[in-house]
Amino acid sequence: MEVLGYRIPAIFSLLIWCVVWEFIGRYELVFIFPPFTGVLAEFWNLMGESAFHRAAINTLKAFSYGMFYAIIGGIALGFLMGRVEAANRLLGMWVNIFASAPLSSLVPVIMLLFGLDQTTIIITVVLFAIWIITLDTMAGVRHVSQSLVEMGQSFGASRWQLLYKIIFWAALPEILAGIRMGFIRAVKGVVIGQLLVSIIDFGRMFATYSRNLYMEEFWALTLVLFIFALSISFLIGELEKRVEYYAAQR
Amino acid sequence: MSSSSVNLLERTGHPRFRIAPVRLWQLASVIAVFMVWEIAGRVPISVAFPTFLDTMQALWTMILDGRMAKAYAKTLEPLVIGIGLSGAFGIAFGILMGLSKKFQWIGEPIFVVMQAAPMAALIPLVTFIYGIGVAAKVVAVVILAAPIIVLNCYRAVRNASPSLIQMAESFQGTRLQTIRKIIIPDAAPMMFSGLRLGVAAGFIGVILAELLITPNGIGDLITYHRSVAEYADMYAAIFSIVCFSAIVVGLLEKAEVVLFRPEKKGG
Amino acid sequence: MSVDAQITDDMATIRGAGVDSIVEVRGVSKFYEPDTQALLNINLEFPRGEMTTLLGPSGCGKTTLLKIIAGLLEQTEGEVFVNGMRIKGPGPERAFVFQDFALMPWANVIRNVSFGLELRGMPKKERYDIARRYIAKVNLTGFEEKFPHELSGGMRQRVGLARALCVDADVLLMDEPFSAVDEQTRRQFQEDLLSLLQIEEKSVIFVTHSIEEAVYVSDQIVLLSPRPGRVNKMIRPEIDRRGSADEIRRDKRYLDTVEEIWHELRDYLE
Repeated sequence: MEVLGYRIPAIFSLLIWCVVWEFIGRYELVFIFPPFTGVLAEFWNLMGESAFHRAAINTLKAFSYGMFYAIIGGIALGFLMGRVEAANRLLGMWVNIFASAPLSSLVPVIMLLFGLDQTTIIITVVLFAIWIITLDTMAGVRHVSQSLVEMGQSFGASRWQLLYKIIFWAALPEILAGIRMGFIRAVKGVVIGQLLVSIIDFGRMFATYSRNLYMEEFWALTLVLFIFALSISFLIGELEKRVEYYAAQR
Repeated sequence: MSSSSVNLLERTGHPRFRIAPVRLWQLASVIAVFMVWEIAGRVPISVAFPTFLDTMQALWTMILDGRMAKAYAKTLEPLVIGIGLSGAFGIAFGILMGLSKKFQWIGEPIFVVMQAAPMAALIPLVTFIYGIGVAAKVVAVVILAAPIIVLNCYRAVRNASPSLIQMAESFQGTRLQTIRKIIIPDAAPMMFSGLRLGVAAGFIGVILAELLITPNGIGDLITYHRSVAEYADMYAAIFSIVCFSAIVVGLLEKAEVVLFRPEKKGG
Repeated sequence: MSVDAQITDDMATIRGAGVDSIVEVRGVSKFYEPDTQALLNINLEFPRGEMTTLLGPSGCGKTTLLKIIAGLLEQTEGEVFVNGMRIKGPGPERAFVFQDFALMPWANVIRNVSFGLELRGMPKKERYDIARRYIAKVNLTGFEEKFPHELSGGMRQRVGLARALCVDADVLLMDEPFSAVDEQTRRQFQEDLLSLLQIEEKSVIFVTHSIEEAVYVSDQIVLLSPRPGRVNKMIRPEIDRRGSADEIRRDKRYLDTVEEIWHELRDYLE
């Protein structure tokens, strides 16, 4: 979009939305939307609160563990299903079902079996992230040019050499795309998990804020999570750009 | 046999290995999973882990006495309304964004944010405006499903085949004709798959709303039976919703293939 | 390893006894479920040091046969011998050049060229030195650090060729190597290949569907016919290649051979 001859990147439209928000808040048009400036003020307060720090660190830890397992498991499963037809036929149906099922309905079971603590959150993260990573990895592995594989074979590559010298790199763009989607789903998983458990970390904070109608605090916390999700998505997107140069070539 | 499956044979190094039909494998894996479930329930791996057969029995009972039907009616009503609204709005706004740079500018960032961010965090808020009824659940569905639908429609329209558009222009088609006859049909497959993703998201929204704010529907069946430690019933409810969403999404995928024949689209 | 000249209904005429064959194909058949006989009872000898072309219309199995010789496909029946030993898969005495180049797009030219040596565990400095030599032989000096997406089609195939030469195999197997480049580049390639092979002394098995190309480069041509794939005829162009490229393409023997093959193959296009 151009104004007075200057190109304004699309991202600045968000500022317009923030102004709209401010407007709604100032004039109390919808009570759950306090003025945006108020939310920003609370945002800064929140950053300084030790309760927030504790919650953030716990959440990050659970998130990291969960993503670690999800990435390792998802890539391994994706390779297995991509290279071994029997594995694909056995597991493919389940992966597809779980990739689009309302996983939030499974969280009560996890809470039941593993308690109302971090273990549940970690498992929830894995549950939310692993399927899309598996599916994208599998797609990447299957789309590896048969020619490249034959080339490796013709020069005497062993099965392992084929995997880590050729197939992995050829599938990397899809794998990274899957991991990015996995991260986004994992953030949703963390939030859903904590909301349902409701007595730990951010879940507890959300519950407290909504119970007491602290709208500004509520939105400030929401903003934190939103920013986290978007930053991760952006970072992985940058990683994807670095392999873009050869993605089109394969 | 298609050449790709021939290649697969060569790759797995079993040129004479006959692969049984896919259905057989799927059946085998389903049976295997149910058996593992049954065994795990008998061990038992946890007091709160019922066996497969117990769960199935509870499911059957719940179907027979009408609790299932009542719960699904309560769950599906806001889901269908929510998807309908999201779909209508999503397609309309997505097309608008695809065709107009101004709308793209104002819309794309906010919808990208909404798709990537954990909108689920807002569900508890919804209850303050809309209470604990159908309206609240519809809103929950919409905030989760609409962004996906909008973005998919927008991208589909944006990526409509430029050469087809140029072809229409070369035959002096008007802008409106080009939109109706070329862009929309060309974008239709991707818009439909956006709808499918929206439905999956909508399921998440409605279940979450039921688990968090409203005391009815399938989500409520789950929480109620958990609170009275009737685990077989709880698991049965969860089993049913997972199956149901799998079937619905599966049907949509089939419809996508039948309606739009992606394999016939040339490159 | 000696060869007896055997002539039967199904076998092609093979050169007389005493010829040193680097590759021997005996009774090779390839069947794909449910009803495709890609190759039927192929018996062939490939003389050492010569360029033999497999030529034929689509569906005659020429690429299938080449890949069986390479060890990339397994035959349904029959055996393939290279240097007298039965093969069980790819081996260091054979190197393959691919129709679509099969370059790793995330690796630069010198890494791609040295890939065969990399798989053998050769240390980096050594294999890069060897790679540089062959990069020079295909006239790509200066492009070592470039990536495939920065190269033209012709240059990419030269990388593929350099890679195959690096591993110092006895037999080069080339699968329609010039079909993915434009006509001018293709002609240049044919000429360059001939001069390169005069220095390198390799045996080459070449697959193409272009009659002119086959007659231009080959010492002998195996004509294959489709459905099922079998050997139809063997032809030795016996062209005097001492002239310039243009002279060769106007040589009477060259034109006659092209005509002869064209007539043979026309029957199969109907």
